[in-house]
Amino acid sequence: MRKMSLEMVYRLAKKDKRIYFIGSDLGYGTLSRFEKEMPERFLKEGVSEAYIIAMAAGLALEGKIVYINTIATFLTRRCFEQIVIDLALHKAKVRLIGSGGGLVYAPLGPTHLAIEDIAIMRAIPNMTVIACADAKEMEKMMPQTVDWPGPIYIRLAKGNDQIVSRGSFRIGKVYQYAQGKDVLLVTTGITLQLAMEARKKLERKKISVGILHVPTLKPLDKKTILKIFKSYRAIISIEEHSLTGGLGSSMAEIISEADFADRKFFRRLALPDEFPAGYGSQKEQLVKNNITAGDIVQTAVKLVK
Amino acid sequence: MKNKDLDKQSKYIRKVVLDMLAQAGRGHLASAFSITEILLVLYNHILKYRPNNPEWPNRDRFILSKGQGCLSYYAILAEKGFFPKEKLTSFCQAETFLGGHPEHAIPGVEISTGSLGHGLAVGIGMALAAKRDKKHHRVFVLIGDGESNEGSVWEAALYAAKHRLDNLIVLVDYNKMQSWGATKEIVDLEPFADKWLSFGFAVRETDGHDKRQIYSQLKRLPFKKNKPGLLICHTVKGKGIKMTENNPEWHHRRDLKGEIMQNLYQGLEDYR
Repeated sequence: MRKMSLEMVYRLAKKDKRIYFIGSDLGYGTLSRFEKEMPERFLKEGVSEAYIIAMAAGLALEGKIVYINTIATFLTRRCFEQIVIDLALHKAKVRLIGSGGGLVYAPLGPTHLAIEDIAIMRAIPNMTVIACADAKEMEKMMPQTVDWPGPIYIRLAKGNDQIVSRGSFRIGKVYQYAQGKDVLLVTTGITLQLAMEARKKLERKKISVGILHVPTLKPLDKKTILKIFKSYRAIISIEEHSLTGGLGSSMAEIISEADFADRKFFRRLALPDEFPAGYGSQKEQLVKNNITAGDIVQTAVKLVK
Repeated sequence: MKNKDLDKQSKYIRKVVLDMLAQAGRGHLASAFSITEILLVLYNHILKYRPNNPEWPNRDRFILSKGQGCLSYYAILAEKGFFPKEKLTSFCQAETFLGGHPEHAIPGVEISTGSLGHGLAVGIGMALAAKRDKKHHRVFVLIGDGESNEGSVWEAALYAAKHRLDNLIVLVDYNKMQSWGATKEIVDLEPFADKWLSFGFAVRETDGHDKRQIYSQLKRLPFKKNKPGLLICHTVKGKGIKMTENNPEWHHRRDLKGEIMQNLYQGLEDYR
């Protein structure tokens, strides 16, 4: 997904001279084709996130469209005020591509785990927040980032993620991957994969499952979400993110203000509000934190009983 | 014009600032008085701009990174015709664009500032864009000495030289005071000029209230080809009224009415 995202920056830059790329001390050879072919618009900068964001704002205010890539935690936490003031307040067209959203960097520990990135980005006015399911969805999404107003945070997953997305893609839209009667699984990023796996298992248990994929977490398509929620009694959100402020929180906000005629049963599968302990792989951390297809099945079974 | 004197225009701008303070009852008086002459030289002689077309593409960019100095800035922008002078007395009212820190919605203001340590890096982006687009306008960023406590100032400083931005001119309002007291007591910036030199800037110094001296430093730019320029302006915080000069109590006030205001007006009039 990261490869596709950066490949798309290259392809878009080839067509559009307004596009600049800034890397913050990336891995050797990253986007070397861009560097070779468009050196004037390729900025090889150091470990200086605060500077990079503010400088990108300066470029954007002069009409450039700036894509920045580095590790998601550094790109969100370190330079938060620059993002709020220099980017969001000025509606600067800067696109933040955060590598390793969620638990991707599990072996590297808590300094590298972006588990609250969605929450903090979602709190900023004028910000757009996107978490794609796979490289295919990323490929369709990226061209729309060129002229989209204001700053965008793009959360990347591990890479080589199973391709599960299909159909067209518009920023700001939600996508119904399946319709059901009993339980609705709400996903963002790679959890679409888990929901599809869980659906197969649940259908075998004669539980009818719908899937709603929410790749754009901000601006949120509340109207459509609310319409879809109406026809389900049980709703489960699944995310590779803290319980605080992410997809589940967004859905809870919608549900709690909705005045449904019937009672809804809602559960969130997310990371607890604590720093993940231990290391291992992303997959091992997901298992440890009960964010798997099996956990979705268990939660759904309990809810519809 | 003698070094220590304030001419008619310098006094007039300060009087307008006092009028704004009197309306709002609050504001950063001393910060504004520290930079009045720097701004006057820029807007009288150095910057290229069109008040009736603030977005004119070939304008020089000016960023007041130390946003708390905005009162003098507002007074001068109105004086130059960016917006009607009558607007000035709406300072800090509920329905105005003239707040306690400058907003980019104000005609003539490039970016919103107020949180310190942002302007230099944004200015680098603007200067870099100008270089890449082969444009000849320049970018001026006015920063403070207290502001120079921020790591982001030095982070940005590293890159101004890397990108060889000789179209970038940083002006430092070096009044040796910050909100809490003397910069020397809080964190000494000296050797200040040497620090900037070692970061790759072409550095000059001036009396920050002597308009002729400021002008003579800025009239020919860049200071040095391929290097960002930096002008250390030695200033007096609260310059223009004896009781506000070098007095940390005047960094920001919320009690500006009645007798206090009268004393300020009198102090400005009597200033020699």
